[in-house]
Amino acid sequence: MAKYLLLKHYRGGPEPVPGTDVPMDQWTPDEVKAHIAFMQHVADVFRERGEYVDGQALSPEGTFVRYDGEGKPPVTDGPFAETKDLIAGWMVIDVDSQERAYEAASFLSSAPGPGGRSIHEWIEVRPFLSEPPVVSE
Amino acid sequence: MNDLLKDLTPQVLGILVRRGADFAAAEDAVQEALIEAVRRWTGTVPEDPKGWLVRVASRKLVDAHRSEIARRRREERVHREPQPGPTEQADDTLLLLSRCCHPSLSSASAIALTLRAVGGLTTAQIARAFFVPESTMAQRISRAKRTVTGARFDQPGDIHAVLRVLYLIFNEGFSGEVDLAVEAIRLTRQLAASTGDPEVAGLLALMLLHHARREARQTESGALVPLDEQDRSTWDTALIAEGVEILQRALAQDRLGEYQAQAAIAALHDDAATSDETDWPQILEWYDELMRLSDSPVVALNRAVAVGHVDGSLAGLRALADVDVAVPRRDAVAAYLHERAGNPAEAARLYAVAAQKAPTAAERDHLITRAAHLNTRSGRSTGSDEPRAD
Repeated sequence: MAKYLLLKHYRGGPEPVPGTDVPMDQWTPDEVKAHIAFMQHVADVFRERGEYVDGQALSPEGTFVRYDGEGKPPVTDGPFAETKDLIAGWMVIDVDSQERAYEAASFLSSAPGPGGRSIHEWIEVRPFLSEPPVVSE
Repeated sequence: MNDLLKDLTPQVLGILVRRGADFAAAEDAVQEALIEAVRRWTGTVPEDPKGWLVRVASRKLVDAHRSEIARRRREERVHREPQPGPTEQADDTLLLLSRCCHPSLSSASAIALTLRAVGGLTTAQIARAFFVPESTMAQRISRAKRTVTGARFDQPGDIHAVLRVLYLIFNEGFSGEVDLAVEAIRLTRQLAASTGDPEVAGLLALMLLHHARREARQTESGALVPLDEQDRSTWDTALIAEGVEILQRALAQDRLGEYQAQAAIAALHDDAATSDETDWPQILEWYDELMRLSDSPVVALNRAVAVGHVDGSLAGLRALADVDVAVPRRDAVAAYLHERAGNPAEAARLYAVAAQKAPTAAERDHLITRAAHLNTRSGRSTGSDEPRAD
């Protein structure tokens, strides 16, 4: 049993499947609605299977923040309009195997886009670091 | 009283289910009987608490099905059956466990169902132990129940599937408020009391022999302490003695299996007063036995460490060459053998690689510390191509 983070990206990741990279603001409202409903459906399916842990969508507007020394206010930078990698949202699942995590990510990736066709979106799958097992020798 | 109820829960559930009750309905009935027990046994526990629970739970079952006449007849027949003898009780534990660990269930589901139905933990406790929302765990358990409800339940199933699930629970250790290692030991003790199978005893011994080192295995802040650096005075000698005794009785049956062999290795480590006194030649012999019993690459990996101690680090590295490069923790073993062989630079490089691939945070921290230690000692300056410390 292990937890995996399924990351949706606005940008970054491998080349999109040709013909699927139409920006979302150029979809019809119903297509956008169907896409969002599918995300909800995916979460419901994971819940029903006893695999769902958490999930959130993120605003694309991010700021970098860092420590600048004792007593000084934090230094901020950004937001950057054209960062290479931009995370749109995430979902955490608790599953039996890496194979199942990939299957779940593939399901998430099958979300519909323009014309109701799948957009074959790349989903990044990251395993959580867990607790060490008791038996190690 | 809580412990008593916890121990009796699976027994009562097992009796009801063996008598033909539907699994989910029986569980509900037992829960209701427990609630009644908590309410009524204030101060005084009845003379035969199990009989009491069986009677009340059976009545609850009957109540639940009162409207269905055919069903009620069956329940009343169940109700009239004589009390089970000790042998039947023993069978019930195995029967119930083998249903909870049914091969049609995924490991995650089998673990959850076992902890709920046999371990008597609440869904909320199990959810917290695995850091998932309670609703997710409730779903996992009810799915598991649905999956096993159709399965026949009059014969104990595969005991090895049960042992595997108990082993997995034990290996979860203690990371939340529920001590899963202790739960696994409790369940394995119950099972060992009900069967003479030497592998059940072997698994129980294995758990006790590892559990004995629990205090020494991590620092207070959670950092890993490797076996050769552990403070052996904190090992629990009573647990070790018990584990060794159980193991010896199991080995005397002359039906060797993987858990007995693993327990034997743990016992040899436990037996050494200092790490230098470890009987590596005997440990290596047990790894050779294990290799005959299982084709697990993890066994081959750990065997390479033993070879390194018996025949020298270079021999250990040669043994490691036969282990698939994709096996988790292989780089860490290679680093360890190189360190012992007197190649600190190569060892440091491999520790860093191993840290990158470590499946747990504690191991990652340990491995990166080893790498840093070796790099500092060998006076290597930090080049620009080094990974950043953040």
